[in-house]
Amino acid sequence: MIKVKVEQLKKSFGSLEVLKGIDLEVKEGEVVCLIGPSGSGKSTFLRCLNKLEETTAGTVIVDDNDITDPKCNINKVRENIGMVFQQFNLFPHLSVLENIMLAPVDRKKMTKAEAKETAERLLATVGLAEKAGEYPPNLSGGQQQRVAIARALAMNPDIMLFDEPTSALDPEMVGEVLEVMKQLAKDGMTMIVVTHEMGFAREVADRVIFMDGGYIVEQGTPDAVFGNPQNKRTQDFLNKVL
Amino acid sequence: MSGFFEYVGQCMPQLFMGMKFTLLMTVCALVLAVIIGMVACLFSISKMKPLNWISGIYLSVIRGTPLMVQAFFIYFGLTSALGIRISAFNAAILVLCLNAGAYLSEIFRSGIAAVNKGQMEAARSLGLPYGVAMRKIILPQAIRIVIPSVLNQFIITLKDTSILSVIGCGELMRQGQQIIAYNFRAFETYTIVAVMYYIVVVVLTKVFQVIERGLANK
Repeated sequence: MIKVKVEQLKKSFGSLEVLKGIDLEVKEGEVVCLIGPSGSGKSTFLRCLNKLEETTAGTVIVDDNDITDPKCNINKVRENIGMVFQQFNLFPHLSVLENIMLAPVDRKKMTKAEAKETAERLLATVGLAEKAGEYPPNLSGGQQQRVAIARALAMNPDIMLFDEPTSALDPEMVGEVLEVMKQLAKDGMTMIVVTHEMGFAREVADRVIFMDGGYIVEQGTPDAVFGNPQNKRTQDFLNKVL
Repeated sequence: MSGFFEYVGQCMPQLFMGMKFTLLMTVCALVLAVIIGMVACLFSISKMKPLNWISGIYLSVIRGTPLMVQAFFIYFGLTSALGIRISAFNAAILVLCLNAGAYLSEIFRSGIAAVNKGQMEAARSLGLPYGVAMRKIILPQAIRIVIPSVLNQFIITLKDTSILSVIGCGELMRQGQQIIAYNFRAFETYTIVAVMYYIVVVVLTKVFQVIERGLANK
């Protein structure tokens, strides 16, 4: 089953065209890693998938909802798309537990008790059960990002978007976040991950997509893209980062 | 010197009454100013252009004209043009709340702008509508950011009440002027008036510091 279907997606900021026509289909349970140089449009593309960025042209269909249609209730669609940001973006005035409970209580009309139970279960799965009462500024970067993942999962989404989830982390904390993501992939979550972690992409991705200059330049299995890149730009990029 | 203290004692009943007026005016004006400031702030961050214009004009008029001119305009100008009468006290509160409201709306706006953009994105990405995200995520953080500036504006407004003595409402400055008109002891009287403002402002500043510290530790 197709979870995300993107056709001829274009996005401009003023006169600068960042995405120049992207086509992509992501199947249920698939883990797609987007790689490419900075400025290639990876993050912008990801942000178009839950309409954090308005698209300029083309269609984006998520779970059979055309989110480029002005009549689409984007809030409803977003409940089904979890997003994890480079800068975590936890709510600093709320405790870890409250961060996770907020959206389920407000949107899914869960009772506080149900939401608390869900939140505690998710915190345990990301290994932070004992941090429930803490406030985000008192946590390390890696812990904050794991809470952010739990917060997104609390809405029980079908799709998870990750926007460079480990780029703002100290090196020793990258592993703990990637571990959580690997487990999520193993459990069958549909994931689209913008990342610079080539090791993660190689190990976990079902498909790796190389973007450059607002286009998808090359895509394929990790073995194909990393082992035998066809395009010159892909080769140059991989030579630099590997 | 003992003559001075005796004089202080003589003036006090009238000056105390003036101070009571000053504080009453300040509190009334600020309660209204906070409401006006919030509305003007919502107008200026709204996506609806006409609302932006309204708040823009309001802000530029208040910021572009002196408080004393605003006071004369409303108390003498507007009342005669409309053929109505309002008391000096009401006019003073009106002028002060319009004036402080404009500055507060800018403070509120800057506080909302100071909350990291990622907070709104994270809230919206969870499916929260704009209004809910604003109320539960952005505003609680913005309020904490703006509290020092808001308290500062409160003190400015308290001192601005003295300018309203020109339209003759009986606040502290006005009471001092009346005493001097009667006995010509300008030096002593203005000294007492200045010290009274100073004490109130210093006490309020201390109180505000305690409030700020309490909130910072929360």
